[in-house]
Amino acid sequence: MTTWRIAFLLALVLILAGLAVTLVANTGSTILLATTTSARDSGLLDVLLPEFSRDAGIGVRFVAVGTGLALDTARRGDADVVLVHAPAAELEFMSDHGLCRSRVMRNQYIVVGPATDPAGIRGLTNATVAFTRILSARATFISRGDNSGTHSMEKTIWSWVGYQPRAATDPWYREAGQGMGATLEIASQLGGYTLTDDGTFLVRRPSLSLEIDVTNDPPLQNVYSVIPVSPARHPGVNAPGALAFAKWIVGARGQGIIGNYTVGSERPFHPEGLDGC
Amino acid sequence: MTAPIVIEAVEKAFGEKAVLRGVSAEIQRGEIFGILGPSGAGKTTVLRLVDLLLAPDAGRILFHGTALDPRSPEALAQRRRMAMIMQNPATFRASVFENVAFGLWLRGADAAEVRARVFQALEFVGLLGAARERADRLSGGEQQRIAFARAAVLRPEVLLLDEFTANLDPANVRALEEATLRYRRETGCTVVIVTHNLFQAKRLADRAALLLDGRLVEVAPAKDIFENPQRAETRAFLTGEMAY
Amino acid sequence: MALDAELLQIVGLSFLVAGTSTLIGSVIGIPLGAMIALKEFRGRDFVRTLAFTFYGFPPVLAGLLVFLLLSKEGPLGSLEWLFTPIGMVVAQVLIVTPIVTGITASAVMSVEKRLHETALALGADGRQWRATALHEARVGLLTAVMLGFGRAISEVGAVLIVGGNIRGYTRVLTTAIVLETSQAHYVEATVFGVVLFAVSFVVFAVLQRVQGRAFL
Repeated sequence: MTTWRIAFLLALVLILAGLAVTLVANTGSTILLATTTSARDSGLLDVLLPEFSRDAGIGVRFVAVGTGLALDTARRGDADVVLVHAPAAELEFMSDHGLCRSRVMRNQYIVVGPATDPAGIRGLTNATVAFTRILSARATFISRGDNSGTHSMEKTIWSWVGYQPRAATDPWYREAGQGMGATLEIASQLGGYTLTDDGTFLVRRPSLSLEIDVTNDPPLQNVYSVIPVSPARHPGVNAPGALAFAKWIVGARGQGIIGNYTVGSERPFHPEGLDGC
Repeated sequence: MTAPIVIEAVEKAFGEKAVLRGVSAEIQRGEIFGILGPSGAGKTTVLRLVDLLLAPDAGRILFHGTALDPRSPEALAQRRRMAMIMQNPATFRASVFENVAFGLWLRGADAAEVRARVFQALEFVGLLGAARERADRLSGGEQQRIAFARAAVLRPEVLLLDEFTANLDPANVRALEEATLRYRRETGCTVVIVTHNLFQAKRLADRAALLLDGRLVEVAPAKDIFENPQRAETRAFLTGEMAY
Repeated sequence: MALDAELLQIVGLSFLVAGTSTLIGSVIGIPLGAMIALKEFRGRDFVRTLAFTFYGFPPVLAGLLVFLLLSKEGPLGSLEWLFTPIGMVVAQVLIVTPIVTGITASAVMSVEKRLHETALALGADGRQWRATALHEARVGLLTAVMLGFGRAISEVGAVLIVGGNIRGYTRVLTTAIVLETSQAHYVEATVFGVVLFAVSFVVFAVLQRVQGRAFL
């Protein structure tokens, strides 16, 4: 019967450990931040969030998913605050689930591709022209394909081109269905072009065989906003914590950290805090 | 004194197939009662009915005057006064000791008593040295001796033996038959033995019955059955004219 | 990346979540499997088929189901279990239980019918026979528990969706591997993989010893 005694002991240990974890984890105030993979993959959050916790005494847990899913998580009341970059979707979210919306920072979208540059777009400053050339060259293009902010930006550019490629009918157009980092990796491996935010690309650049082709196109600004979830709509959320975070990130401390954040020798994010809360 | 087991006009069918068509017999206290017959005659079914593993379709079996019913609340207590040894022993995935102790554990016997009785039973069948070995790794003969010890250790009033030496070598057959006789002598328990082996019945049984086509055609002291059978079917069976 | 304290925490949580799920899954699955094997009841075949269907159930689907269940908008939203280790356990229980149930049912059913008669003839009542059957099938039961644990510890889809892969809170070895791979930190991803393998190996080695002692 030693088997059962071992099993019983194991059960006891597990239950005690579970209790301990639950107790420890529930001490103090925490907020849940739903954000995008690009914010995580750039490494900024790992610097930013511990500073906020230290200043405000509020713990932050974040879930990094595509912008669409991040907003949906908040729409279900499962997150306290969101940090995303998809203006159109944000406005729709604001109409019934957001408390207030503050502009936080900006980076830009760039087009990257293989060193061979089969579509001949290197050095352009107009992504629409670049996409038109990719289309006529039928050069491999990797789309995020995950309804993220970057994906909607890409679809917007295709609409300016006047052609919406589809994976089913355009063999040169492929959908990754994954985060920015994974999509860059796929583009690198397959020798394709892709649209990316410069923050993620700069972080990942050393392991990729991709070059920057198009940059500084004015419409390709990528603006991040912070939105606390409305406590009127979702009474369960930690509204004071969420609001404190939204205020802090657009304040002097938050903006300073964002502006000083460097990857390699580059500063991918430009602080543009504008308190709307 | 009435007989401890009285079988009255018992009928039993499995689906369409009638196996017992009205069997009656009285089994006396302390006797060895042999049930003979060809394969498929229903011998095993009789034992299983007595051991409350089956219920009769018609008729009844009295055990000390009470009709047996597997579904009654008394069934467990009644079954625990008997013990059955089957043709192919199934041993538990455990040591020889644990196999023999099983029935005592079921009855809630205390550890000291279990030890004493199990070792006594193992000695009885000559397996004392194998107590710690795994039962399912032993030979067929040894496993059947475990089955015997497992039943005997319970000190049942009624011992039911179902072809308990079929497929065994002569040495094991002899050992088990001797154990049966010695056990009956020492405890005075009633034994019902089912066998298709005439010579075994001759060696062990006090009285014997021939079961043919679901009916007992002749019940008599073993000596009479073998030396002076009254019925033509019995003679045919004994002389080997009947194919079975 | 700090590989010391954080790694330890991730390893600890992985085994806590998988272990608790396996425990709960076994507490539900073993009696259920035994019942399927030993009791004659209406719809028994249906329940068995169901158990084996869930056996091949994609973990992400279990994750999605639990996500919708535990979301604030969902029926159990008020518990606030989404993006917590408890939520991950709920999802994994859903994955582990059918495995334990199915294998337990098979193991107990393979206990011979002759043994049932033998036990009854030696005086076992219904409860004693069920206990005996489980004891006879104990090697199979331990296999059921091991396979359940193996599935839980190696599973990534459900814990990712329900746990959210929150650093220091719901990140486990498998989700850490996914994250590190997505960020091209192949060395770290591999380290997590090796750790997962090594610690699983230790757990299975211990369980195998127990199984060996229980008459392999």
